[in-house]
Amino acid sequence: MRAAVLVFPGTWSDSDCMYALERVGVPSRRVWHRETHLDDDELVVLAGGFSYGDYLRCGAIARFSPIMGAVQSHAANGGLVIGICNGFQILCEAGLLPGVLMRNASLQFRCQDVHLLVDNRASSFTQGLDPRHPLRIPISHGEGNYFADEATLDRLEDAGRVAFRYCDASGVVTPEANPNGSVRNIAGVLNERGNVLGMMPHPERACDSRLGGEDGNAIWHSMLESVGVSSR
Amino acid sequence: MASTYLARIDVMLKPLVNDPQGLAVRDSLGELGFGGVRGVRVGKHIEVTLEADGEAAAQGDIDSMCRKLLANGVIEMFSFTIEAAPEAVRAS
Repeated sequence: MRAAVLVFPGTWSDSDCMYALERVGVPSRRVWHRETHLDDDELVVLAGGFSYGDYLRCGAIARFSPIMGAVQSHAANGGLVIGICNGFQILCEAGLLPGVLMRNASLQFRCQDVHLLVDNRASSFTQGLDPRHPLRIPISHGEGNYFADEATLDRLEDAGRVAFRYCDASGVVTPEANPNGSVRNIAGVLNERGNVLGMMPHPERACDSRLGGEDGNAIWHSMLESVGVSSR
Repeated sequence: MASTYLARIDVMLKPLVNDPQGLAVRDSLGELGFGGVRGVRVGKHIEVTLEADGEAAAQGDIDSMCRKLLANGVIEMFSFTIEAAPEAVRAS
């Protein structure tokens, strides 16, 4: 398993993602957004940041970068794609994931740890996670307020495509545990096939106990196990 | 023959989408003493100068721009007007 970490103008979490991947034994390379090729066996990572300065809407301009054609093909061929924070916003704008990330209901930029209830264990990214133990992972965003219409939300839930929900430390989904106003406390969603994940929290910033926690690694481990690589 | 047009585009959140910015502005207006304010919605105003073969073509181009980039149909709606671009705008 190798990873391609995409870099748009304004991406800032690429180094963090590469560091986190290195810690679980996944070599990675940076891919500039003007490139047009991705290898089939690569994990594609859209990291956090402020691509194109978040002009117009978060992710709205990055989705037209040349590399996004390759991301579309990669996803259509069943390749693994994860979008974190701004990467999640780009995947939504690109139509690879449903819904949109809006301004936080509080209007505040939130930089804090959150707890995540694992709501789906059927995807490559989540199959190895323990739903009894919420993950503690930081968020860092001003526009993470997930929104989709009711019919879309029902469809997502019926298909088990809500990967993570904001919950309290004991795993209970409450309004108080919701840091940004996301509908139904949604923190991460999957595409229909389960090979594309978008999430606002930053697993790459919870990869080392010296940095406050390593719960984020569970997502990478799960993904590695799904492709038959033992990483523990 | 191509002419130059000025499109004035408004992008607003759909009525059912919560607008925390609008609510914050509404509350501030209330605190300033504007007791009559019943609602505020905050959107975007975009002006595009373009060349097109007639107004109908310009309409079509702008509609397509709004659908592809300028508005996100999940949460936003758009409207626009088109007029012949004033001389000053054409030069800019």
